[in-house]
Amino acid sequence: MRGDAAGPAETPAGPIESVATALAGKRILVTGATGFLGTALVERLVRSIPSCQVVVLVRPTRRSDASDRLKREILRNDCFDRLREELGTSFDGVMAGRVTALAGDVSTDGLGLESAGIDTLATCDVVVHSAASVAFDAPFDTAVEVNLLGPSRVAGAIEAAATRRAELSPGSAATHLVSVSTAYVAGTHQGFASETLASEAVRTSPSSRTHSTVTTEVDIPAEIAAARRLRADLQAESRRAARLRAFEAAARRELGAAGPHLVAEKAEKLREDWVHAQLVAEGRSRSQALGWPDAYAFTKALGERLLVGDHPTVPLSVVRPSIIESALAEPRPGWIRGFRMAEPIIVSYARGLLAEFPGIREGVTDVIPVDLVVAAIIAVAAAGPDPAGPGVYQVASGVRNPLRYGHLVDLVHSWFSDHPLYDSRGQPIVVPQWSFPGRGRVQRQLRRATKMLSYTERLLGALPVRGAAARVEARVEERHGQAERALGYVELYGAYTETEALFSVDRLLELASRLSPEDRQAFSFDPAVIDWDRYVHDIHLPSVVEHARVRTSPGRSAIRSRTERGLKAVLAPERQLAVFDLENTLIASNVVESYAWLATRHLTPLERARLATRLALEAPSLAALDRRDRGDFLRTFYRRYEGAPAELLRADAQEMFADLLMAKSFPAGIARLRHHRGLGQRTVLITGALDFVVEPLRPLFDEVICAELGTTPDGRFTGQLQRVPPTGEARALVLAEYAKREGIDLAEAVAYADSASDLALLEAVGFPVAVNPEARLAAIARRRGWHVERWRASAKGIRSPLPFAAREIADPGACRAAIYSRGADRQEPVG
Amino acid sequence: MSPRPGFVLEVERSTPPTLFWHGEGFRLERLPAGRSRVIYAPEPARALEDPRAAIRHALDHPLGDSEPLRAYLRPGMRLTVAFDDVSLPLPPMQAPDVRQLVIEEVLELAAEAGVDDVVLIAALALHRRMTDAELLHALGRRVYDSFSPAGRLLQHDAEDASNLVHLGCTDEGEDVEISKRAATSDLIVYVNINLVAMDGGHKSVATGLASYRSIRHHHNPDTMRRSRSFMDMHHSELHSSNWRMGRLIAASGIRVFQIETTLNNDTFPDSFGFLQRREWEWSLRDRASFLASSSALERLPASLSRSIFHSIRSPHAMSSVQAGEVEAVHARTLENVYAQQLVEVEGQSDVLTMGLPYICPYNVNSIMNPVLVACLGLGYFFNLYRGKPLVREGGVVIMSHPTRSEFHPGHHPSYIDFFEHVLAESTDPVEVAKHEEAYATDPWYVHLYRTAHAYHGVHPFYMWYWCAHALDHLSAVIVVGGERDAVRRLGFRPASTLSDALEMASDVVGPSPTITHMRTPPLLLAGVI
Repeated sequence: MRGDAAGPAETPAGPIESVATALAGKRILVTGATGFLGTALVERLVRSIPSCQVVVLVRPTRRSDASDRLKREILRNDCFDRLREELGTSFDGVMAGRVTALAGDVSTDGLGLESAGIDTLATCDVVVHSAASVAFDAPFDTAVEVNLLGPSRVAGAIEAAATRRAELSPGSAATHLVSVSTAYVAGTHQGFASETLASEAVRTSPSSRTHSTVTTEVDIPAEIAAARRLRADLQAESRRAARLRAFEAAARRELGAAGPHLVAEKAEKLREDWVHAQLVAEGRSRSQALGWPDAYAFTKALGERLLVGDHPTVPLSVVRPSIIESALAEPRPGWIRGFRMAEPIIVSYARGLLAEFPGIREGVTDVIPVDLVVAAIIAVAAAGPDPAGPGVYQVASGVRNPLRYGHLVDLVHSWFSDHPLYDSRGQPIVVPQWSFPGRGRVQRQLRRATKMLSYTERLLGALPVRGAAARVEARVEERHGQAERALGYVELYGAYTETEALFSVDRLLELASRLSPEDRQAFSFDPAVIDWDRYVHDIHLPSVVEHARVRTSPGRSAIRSRTERGLKAVLAPERQLAVFDLENTLIASNVVESYAWLATRHLTPLERARLATRLALEAPSLAALDRRDRGDFLRTFYRRYEGAPAELLRADAQEMFADLLMAKSFPAGIARLRHHRGLGQRTVLITGALDFVVEPLRPLFDEVICAELGTTPDGRFTGQLQRVPPTGEARALVLAEYAKREGIDLAEAVAYADSASDLALLEAVGFPVAVNPEARLAAIARRRGWHVERWRASAKGIRSPLPFAAREIADPGACRAAIYSRGADRQEPVG
Repeated sequence: MSPRPGFVLEVERSTPPTLFWHGEGFRLERLPAGRSRVIYAPEPARALEDPRAAIRHALDHPLGDSEPLRAYLRPGMRLTVAFDDVSLPLPPMQAPDVRQLVIEEVLELAAEAGVDDVVLIAALALHRRMTDAELLHALGRRVYDSFSPAGRLLQHDAEDASNLVHLGCTDEGEDVEISKRAATSDLIVYVNINLVAMDGGHKSVATGLASYRSIRHHHNPDTMRRSRSFMDMHHSELHSSNWRMGRLIAASGIRVFQIETTLNNDTFPDSFGFLQRREWEWSLRDRASFLASSSALERLPASLSRSIFHSIRSPHAMSSVQAGEVEAVHARTLENVYAQQLVEVEGQSDVLTMGLPYICPYNVNSIMNPVLVACLGLGYFFNLYRGKPLVREGGVVIMSHPTRSEFHPGHHPSYIDFFEHVLAESTDPVEVAKHEEAYATDPWYVHLYRTAHAYHGVHPFYMWYWCAHALDHLSAVIVVGGERDAVRRLGFRPASTLSDALEMASDVVGPSPTITHMRTPPLLLAGVI
């Protein structure tokens, strides 16, 4: 072990007789108390330092003030279960007396404290700053505000309160700031990273080759300004016409003809996502360009530098933990809060989704249980500030008790082999064996796969598929999502599994040596105490699995029970209304088929052939129009009925219902509809089909909302619609009107539809059901957990594959209305 | 040379395999030698040489207490011509249909007599409305074109309260309610096709033009159990009830001029000639067409095979026509039916096997659903006997049919719910009957029956009642090659091969059971002595 650490370590202080005594009666302010580390720290302080006061700095939100958040997000956490048990009914009283909330925000200058707040801060003897944006993929500007500027702001506030402190408690020592940083401020490069500030590292060893800390010179104010401008720039860029068009196109691809509002909403969401993604990507690029693995380490490192540089008068200690994971012993083995860095990877691996992950087999994965970090922080607070200058303490396991990456993977593999997760069919999942390839190779493979899957998905999405084909698409989409997630993990965390840096803990151990033997036991932070095999197998993995809400027993198929639950909810007697779409929901047919049937009923074979050819030729452009705008499509298509004798068509439609529509109905759909009626619930049909076409279905519905053509005085159709046809978003509006008129709560309504163009309708009700959904709706339903029905088409009877009326009818000459041939030859001038 | 009568073949080692119908396809099966017999239908009876002349002769020379038709026709009268619907004959016959020939002659006479008020009514009872194409096929272009556009071609509507009239109740308390148009006509001419012995007689008007209220008196489990068989009117409660009703109709002053026709057994066109020839007499061509068609059918999707079979138009020829007073006419008709179909069979066997074809009276141009499969086997084929059933009491019926759970949602909507819900609860006809009322009065089914082409909501119950006698009589029913879940839902047992089925049957009736196979269609009626 190298002992070349810089200055302060060379002036050892005396022993600390008792941690509890040192902090007795002290007031300790904790930032970031709603986080993983902060919660554990507050709990430990309350439990183990009997007479200290804890103040938590909490940002009030729109819904709850600081004390609310203290109660709900900190004290109710299972971290406090042990205390709750020990204190019994007095828990609330004790907590009220010992922990108080202070409203404030580390991303605001002055922490957003008013004078009362400053007074509170002035009474604090120690401030532990643990608030951080810990996500490795946080937007760059957020990371800068919180991680880079946060520590300085806290120090600034302490400075600002110093005078007040002198007034309120004269003679007391200046407030000691314990700032929690990260070991990775040193980067992930090969070599020993010592417990020194970057400034000292540069001073003691001017050549950057001889130390492993990233010491790149950075103009911090310029970086802050750039990060702040970045969001504005990206916002501007995202609003450029070309980008907006791309977002809109993507939204349309996903939603189809769902309606302009929904598409607009989606496009705006895509724009915001894009800005976010760019902020993350730009941040990572900038950080890597300067030598850090990601924006987290980068902003933390600059935060340290700024803190030390700008606030030399504040007594300061810096604690740098490595990767914090579940508790080894305190408050109980395995306690963890939130889903952290390693957990999603572990769970994805256990679910068989990560076939490969980069990493250096013999490299060290530097993991440290949370309670060791908490103990170290408390010990640092108890030891007080180093008069020689800021003390840096690294809390990391890599040097003292290394956990090799290969060994960790073996431990995880063997544990999940013995305790497999189960897939949705109730089969145990076999975990893959990793071969430790380089990060580049894994990334390249995943990028290729992601790209391929993305193309495939887009291609399938463009096809008007449903049923089995839509399920293929669902699988592609699922794979795509998995591949993207895997790629994300590799990009985010690959650096940490390939870390070759070793974080020295000399000062930490020196601190430990100053503790009494009892305190060394009670506030143990020597990484040597960790038995990795036991920690991974008996503590961490069981805890991760418990938190992950995954299937750990075979049991019933999850898909089946979810389907049954969905069906039960849909058919519950409390439901008041069931709304149905017609085409492909109740009947496997469409307006073009209806038209073809009605038109051919009075045509000679030759005319039929011409009509069939014409429709076949028009099919692609009709389909395209339909995809673009359902309303326009109907308006255009229905013009073909211009001049048709209304009475004759009404009679023909009755026959069409019997011959075509009933034969193509989904029996299960009709049965479901009748089931709702049987339960005394109202039923509504909303369709773009024409009124005379759906007339025979009227007995099944309390209300039919459909398209209607105008008629001329001599009883012929005008070809113009009477009202806006109920398509897309209009469906949700007419439904809402109906519900209001009838006093029905749409939250108690069920809606059945098959296509993404019905999205607005489905979103309008409490219980949406996707029926034989086409690919886009299937994807949406999957994501939102909507109930999906796969109604089997009825067996083919003996009718011809073309939706034409039977040829034989009475007196064809007399009945053949001019319109039909006109309808078939619309382009020709009408005589 | 006169046609050969029916034949009972004792199966020996050297007997070639026997043809079993199997829905839209066939199977060749070897029956156990020494204890099996196969019943073959008589060969097609001689066709009438000049059907039109025969019809004219029958109209002029009525049977029983009746004047010739022209004697009843006069200007200003109301004439209603009712005719059998699409359920007859099977398969639908090649044009011209017998109904067309008869009705054209009737209308000729009516025109001669100056009758203007003529209406044609398809006597649907609770069957589905016929399509335009089916009406056109049954009536011919001339009749169709002159009646349909004028609104004088009607289809009976058993749910149209305003067009029904209640004529009273029989001594047994049975309501008689029939079509008002028919009841208020000066003359009803009923044009029948008597394909099997059950058809015709008073049943034509008393059932064909009646309402649900009336029909329910004889279409119920009790009546069907007391009809042994319903192909033998003298031992059929179904017929006794219809006869009581028919006599009440006559007593109400309604005159029915009954025209009944019989068809010969020439059921399949030449390309399917092997279906009506005995296996050991198959010519080279028969063998070739059997091989070609069965291997083609194996490869085709079910819906395509269905389309092919349903496009078969039977070469049925008229073998007799008689007209006049209902009962006298029907007695003569039955003689002619028996002459064509009756085969004398000695004694009952332990097991009865039957290959079920693609068609029954209720799936013309439609889909044979599982409920219809049960009805065809246990309702129709089982009852094709006079005297006693072909299988002993406690015996087993083995039927061969794919029994797919496929339904025509337009034609058989209530069947779907019946199969899904009623049969899932019980297959006992008496238990099943408890749901009858709900289905019969369901407004959606009534709507579909009246306005679309759907069978009445109650119809699947009737199909099940028709099985009642067989279900009482038998210990087990086994279906070979059927869809397992569907077969079980019917309360039957699925088997994958005939030998498996026979193995299963011997568990019930004992080892080495005697077996009778009905080689039908062509239709036959077993006279079991």
